[in-house]
Amino acid sequence: MAGKPVLHYFNGRGRMECIRWLLAAAGVEFEEKFVETPEDMEKLIKDGSLMYQQVPMVEIDGMKLVQTRAILNYIATKYNLYGKDMKERALIDMYAEGIFDLSEMVMSLVLCPPDQREANIALVKNKIKNRYLPAFEKVLKSHGQDYFVGNRLTRVDIHLLELLLYIEELDASLLASFPLLKALKTRISNLPNVKKFLQPGSQRKPPPDVEKIAEARKLFNFS
Amino acid sequence: MSGKPILHYFDGRGRMEPIRWLLAAAGVEFEEKFMKTREDLQKLRNDGDLMFQQVPMVEIDGMKLVQTGAILSYIASKYNLYGKDMKERALIDMYTEGIADLNEIVLIYPFLPSEKKEASLSNIKDKARNRYFPAFEKVLKSHGQDYLVGNKLSKADVYLVVILYHVEELDSGIMANFPLLKALRTRVSNLPTVKKFLEPGGKRKPFEDEKCVKIVKNIFQLN
Repeated sequence: MAGKPVLHYFNGRGRMECIRWLLAAAGVEFEEKFVETPEDMEKLIKDGSLMYQQVPMVEIDGMKLVQTRAILNYIATKYNLYGKDMKERALIDMYAEGIFDLSEMVMSLVLCPPDQREANIALVKNKIKNRYLPAFEKVLKSHGQDYFVGNRLTRVDIHLLELLLYIEELDASLLASFPLLKALKTRISNLPNVKKFLQPGSQRKPPPDVEKIAEARKLFNFS
Repeated sequence: MSGKPILHYFDGRGRMEPIRWLLAAAGVEFEEKFMKTREDLQKLRNDGDLMFQQVPMVEIDGMKLVQTGAILSYIASKYNLYGKDMKERALIDMYTEGIADLNEIVLIYPFLPSEKKEASLSNIKDKARNRYFPAFEKVLKSHGQDYLVGNKLSKADVYLVVILYHVEELDSGIMANFPLLKALRTRVSNLPTVKKFLEPGGKRKPFEDEKCVKIVKNIFQLN
């Protein structure tokens, strides 16, 4: 349908999930075209739709955007979730990048070989507890406001909620000593658009299935 | 001196080099405080200067910004190197992120153990020659303008030029296949403030030699 963004990706979280979250939080309806076979991927590449032969790709406002951050930045700007000025944007970017660094680590746990998994999980939990969550709790404590930046909803609140939910999936006890983050999590979860996205039947994707991911990686020849 | 941005990093390219280049292209003088030992890093951490205990960190306009992407975006916004509107910014971001993906494998190369270098070099050459450089050559060809976006210098041009130099150091014949990229590189290198940056005595950093690698490994306790 004309007008709605179209998301091209696998039927799973991966690098598209944060984009789904942001669109949902902004109240923007979107369509999804799932890449299911190498042929699907070949077609997108042959059509010249993928600048670097990679997904995610989002068709939006006449553009075929690739690169997760580029897509997120555009959506955040368009729907006023990127702060009010250059300095707020700098803070938002700094926080978002930290969130993405940690998300990357959590996401890749699913990919690591079974004999390394325990050690890697311990490493990631350590970073969560001792580096990232304290940094974010500190920001909330410093201003005592309901939102992360500028006393109003921005993309950081959404990215952070998503991350906190993944941390909870990994080990709920990790959030125990971070009361302000827990409160933010509850508050943002209750925003109408977010609440809807959290309910069954939405376009939110479930936790990754380790076996399915291994199969997909083989199928698509990922290194 | 008050007013000038201060860059905190080691005396080498690493993740700080695109930031140095962008400041240079913007005509902004900056200072550098080099970490030489692990104690230097610990001090920054203990002083609470590093949000995620990591460098690069840039002191600018009263902020202590970390995260390369956040720093680059702030500088680009401040000095009008980020396009004229949302859609130009989307293109700039899409190009910048592709360049950053390539830079991830380039910047780590000097620090790899010797037995891993050959495979990495092969990967860098393959990605540069077959994925990234052709994509950017195609953009320049498509509009025939002097710069990637909006007929005006942006952070995408500057970051691209950095990568063109760094990859050529590892793959000396590569530029022969990309005449428009070569012309862009010359054009950007001849901008007065960039020219100064590139001259002997300028702040551009050389390829990390053994001595530098040793210092860095010691600071970050890498094997």
